Amino acid sequence: MNPNAYLLKDILKPEMKATRDGYGEGLVLAGEKNKNVVVLCADLTESTRSLAFQKKFPERFVELGVAEQNMASVAAGMALEGKVPFVSSYATFSPGRNNEQIRTTIAYNEANVKIAGAHAGISVGPDGATHQALEDIGLMRMLPGMTVIVPCDYEEAKKATVAAAEMAGPVYLRFGREKSPMMTTSHTPFKIGQAEVFKDGRDAVIFACGPLVYNALRAALDLEAEKISVAVVNHHTVKPLDGETILKCAHKTRAVVTVEEHQIYGGLGGAVAEFLAGASPVPMEFIGVRDKFGESGRPDELIEKYGMGVESIKKVVRKVLTRK
Amino acid sequence: MEALHETKLKQLELKANQIRQDIIAMLVEAGSGHSAGPLGMADIFTALYFHVLKHDPKHPEWPGRDRLVLSNGHICPVRYAAMAEAGYFPVSELKTLRRLGSRLQGHPHRIALPGMETTSGPLGSGLSQAAGMALALKMDGVSNRVYCAMSDGEHDAGQTWEAVMFAAKYKLNNLTGILDRNNIQIDGYTEDIMPLDDLKNKYEAFNWHVIEINGHNMREFVDACATAETIFEKPTVIIAHTVPGQGVDFMEGKFEWHGKPPNKEEAAEALRELRTLQGQIEASHLE
Repeated sequence: MNPNAYLLKDILKPEMKATRDGYGEGLVLAGEKNKNVVVLCADLTESTRSLAFQKKFPERFVELGVAEQNMASVAAGMALEGKVPFVSSYATFSPGRNNEQIRTTIAYNEANVKIAGAHAGISVGPDGATHQALEDIGLMRMLPGMTVIVPCDYEEAKKATVAAAEMAGPVYLRFGREKSPMMTTSHTPFKIGQAEVFKDGRDAVIFACGPLVYNALRAALDLEAEKISVAVVNHHTVKPLDGETILKCAHKTRAVVTVEEHQIYGGLGGAVAEFLAGASPVPMEFIGVRDKFGESGRPDELIEKYGMGVESIKKVVRKVLTRK
Repeated sequence: MEALHETKLKQLELKANQIRQDIIAMLVEAGSGHSAGPLGMADIFTALYFHVLKHDPKHPEWPGRDRLVLSNGHICPVRYAAMAEAGYFPVSELKTLRRLGSRLQGHPHRIALPGMETTSGPLGSGLSQAAGMALALKMDGVSNRVYCAMSDGEHDAGQTWEAVMFAAKYKLNNLTGILDRNNIQIDGYTEDIMPLDDLKNKYEAFNWHVIEINGHNMREFVDACATAETIFEKPTVIIAHTVPGQGVDFMEGKFEWHGKPPNKEEAAEALRELRTLQGQIEASHLE
């Protein structure tokens, strides 16, 4: 493990907390630091964890009802007047339903709006495919000027929320519903656009984002027993990509795996592949959902079934090694 | 708001005529773009830029300005022409409309042209942005007004009504909507495409204050804007009945002119008509 990442000491026994909880606490911190921070919500105040902000700063909380398209454009208008709006909803609705409004009135308008997509990924679980956003990273990554951040755990979600408020320009923040392992600590470095090496390795490198970073770490630790040395990089900022870190790790290992709770098209894997194809092609494998909608089930069952569990990652690492 | 005296009214009418001539000249040069909507809204944009709005063409970002959001971005030639005539940029630049490298994009881009306030084109999102601005100004205790020009056609869009509800909920009395009721959209007459009537009752049911006017009568428009400032706890919408293509006989009232520019011969004919009108305005006020 990389000591400079200041990860949890006993990484195999983490406490569990959802990344959306980190968003909720980050909002309050950002609101305390900057009186221009406002939070907009489309009838999902509790489940997006916007509630704490609403209680603390009711005069800076805006409830829009079930109207995500209006929410995106109202936020744009507020940003043009100097506010720092965070729009909170589920990722399937925002940036799903309101994609054009985000494109025109936020991105092309260069409005300083932060879009928080909660309940992203298949681990939403029992609600089923309608509520499991698997294409949101791709949608947001394609917009010029949009920063895309996928925090790996509660602590990082908090830091990312505060950092998003402090940077100028539109940002997409992606959060999960389920409790997930808290692997980072308050000392773990976080800077937008800078990937963090969580574990060093020689034979292959995994670039991962979101709570699945933990599965990547578990897979890498297991593979040590097979004398396979795998590096794990928490690539939380999908855009802009940290090309320097990617190139360094790819050159060292000559075998790359990406891991994300998203369609394998258009997300982190696609971004890394596009970059390496131009900079320095190496054998690559992708962990993610393969052109399918999800379904109802327990989060852990779904992660296994759709090929994002620890064993699936190990299998894919072994596969990429055969292609070196 | 300052009352509109007879001398000023004549100046405005002449200015509106000039803006219509600018629009024709721009469109024929560009070879694409929308004719009917810009001509229909020339009187209102003239009244806005030359009488109603607090603004400073030399300082487009002046914080004390009133905000004008153009929701139906495709009528931007009228705004570009009004802005140029008001001194935001040289009138000669109007000829760059829709050209590579021009600040006058086919649909308005906020970043390209200072004073544009928002980016628009895709219909139905202007009122939301205007409402967001109005709410932010209220939060900060700033008294500037936000005006939002909209088309009737974009009232087909659900988002428009989301914004209508939102503005009423937050009692955005610093927001004035200007609805261009010209009864046309690209595919035909609005009541054939998707019936909108009765817009007055609809807005009132959504808890807005409604004023209906003749959109070519600048005195009525200015009075309506002044009244809107006195309405407490409600946003106001001015439903402006206009004739699409107003001022050019062969375009008036025809949806076929929604989305196309005149060719050279048509432009020459349109300019002849407008210059005749100009002469009539000059003469009428001499009496």
